[in-house]
Amino acid sequence: MSLEVISSSFLALVQDFGRFGLQKYGVTNGGPVDEHAYLWANYLLRNNYKAAQLEISMGAFSARFTKKTMIAVCGADLSITLNDQPLTLWKSHVVYPDDVIKFVSPKTGLRSYLAIAGGFQVAPQLTSCATVMREGLGGLHKDGRKLASGDKVSYEASRQELSHSVPVRFIPAYEKKISLRFIPNISANGCDADSVKHFTKQTFKVTPQMDRMGYKLSGNPIKTSSAGIISQGISMGAIQLPKDGQPIVLMRDRQTMGGYPQIGCVAYLDIALLAQSLPGTEIKFMATDVKTLAPELVAYKKFFHLDS
Amino acid sequence: MKFFFLSENTAIILFEQAINNAIFQQVTQCTKAIEVNLSEYIVDLVPAYASIHIVFNLMKISAVDFEAALNKVIDNTSTEVATITTEKTNVIPVYYGPEVALDIELVATFADLSVDAVIALHASVTYDVYAIGFAPGFAYLGNVDRRIAMPRKESPRQKVVKGSVGIADQQTAIYPADSPGGWQIIGRTPMSLIDYNDAKLTRFDTGDKVKFTAISRKDFIKMGGIL
Repeated sequence: MSLEVISSSFLALVQDFGRFGLQKYGVTNGGPVDEHAYLWANYLLRNNYKAAQLEISMGAFSARFTKKTMIAVCGADLSITLNDQPLTLWKSHVVYPDDVIKFVSPKTGLRSYLAIAGGFQVAPQLTSCATVMREGLGGLHKDGRKLASGDKVSYEASRQELSHSVPVRFIPAYEKKISLRFIPNISANGCDADSVKHFTKQTFKVTPQMDRMGYKLSGNPIKTSSAGIISQGISMGAIQLPKDGQPIVLMRDRQTMGGYPQIGCVAYLDIALLAQSLPGTEIKFMATDVKTLAPELVAYKKFFHLDS
Repeated sequence: MKFFFLSENTAIILFEQAINNAIFQQVTQCTKAIEVNLSEYIVDLVPAYASIHIVFNLMKISAVDFEAALNKVIDNTSTEVATITTEKTNVIPVYYGPEVALDIELVATFADLSVDAVIALHASVTYDVYAIGFAPGFAYLGNVDRRIAMPRKESPRQKVVKGSVGIADQQTAIYPADSPGGWQIIGRTPMSLIDYNDAKLTRFDTGDKVKFTAISRKDFIKMGGIL
């Protein structure tokens, strides 16, 4: 039994929590760019946090269920319907054979996460089924391909009939103006206190050069104290400053090493907000520190039962 | 050596920021010490040239305790006498012929040497794997003889064929898969650098030694090379 893809003309990907411990071989994390929405969707169904889901960007996706089960959709409102009736997000639903789910186009946000009871059954490649198109890795066909019409994504039938919703206070509004906390890095990576000061005073805009690898922003160029650094490993959320002084925030599919100066790192939990931003979204950065952010991240990891 | 946190669960150790074997030896030694002593706390560890990037497990250790544990390991490492390294030398056959060595004439002109001399210089050095990154299995090897250390192209090629051997300044590398790339291409190997279905994912590990050996067109094809 499976979810049968009727049409997928933009970008729908199989994603689980991603790959870890393989960066030393140059293999990126992959996984959900909006981890917050992904984790809630699994949580609503009482799935393991790593259970495979579909990450649907922009819309233009429809699919048919073939067995009774439960689903939850979290993240962007892509004008989602079940049998042509609007589907409530951030909530679990029972679905029946021949039910059709559609993701049309974005009202708010950019990516929706479709979770299913027990998770989609996709064979792992290098410990995970996360799709990384650039690396030709993972996904339904173990070659990094995105989902296409005619694909069948397996799942187990479920008789469960839970009704769980995400408490309203945890449902983000995906605004046109967002502010992201970041941890400045002024020690040795080509940026100094002046660059950080300048950086926090600017308003940036998301450019069309944004994908699962990174988000290129535009604004007044930020000067760096050096043109480059010796290539080193890159953290999730790292903010690179290439020669043009326009920041790039690195996401789940980022390259594992880089040699551009880095002005800092976006707070881990704020990356989810950026992941839902469309071109034109305005961004301000607020400096903070590890000590302030760490307890919040630990509480989040505990809540969702993450083991790392 | 400097240590600092980059984010809630990532940190970096920066060594003297230069590319040479002496500094790289410190990196590999420190990496081994971390792997041996702190593996239970490590999610990802990326040694490269003159740094070690660390993702640690916040569910097992706090940032403060991790820094303390790491400092202890680093202190013990620096007092140790350097151990004799036993890493093997990987010999990589390369066909340097004109059909595949798209930029070797450019490099020869740059170096004011014959094509044969460029090949001889490239194949004369035993290189260190300074880092693996950029793409799965892409190994940065150094140091290339200064005479043939041509900078990368101003604008990258749309497609560099899998197995292509390139030079960029004092680095050389093999493209593990077809990809865009700006390195000066001087040959092609029939060997595979990465296999997602093999338990040993990549042919090299950071810290390995690599040497190139010139092969004929006939041997290249016999070994499975594709022109």
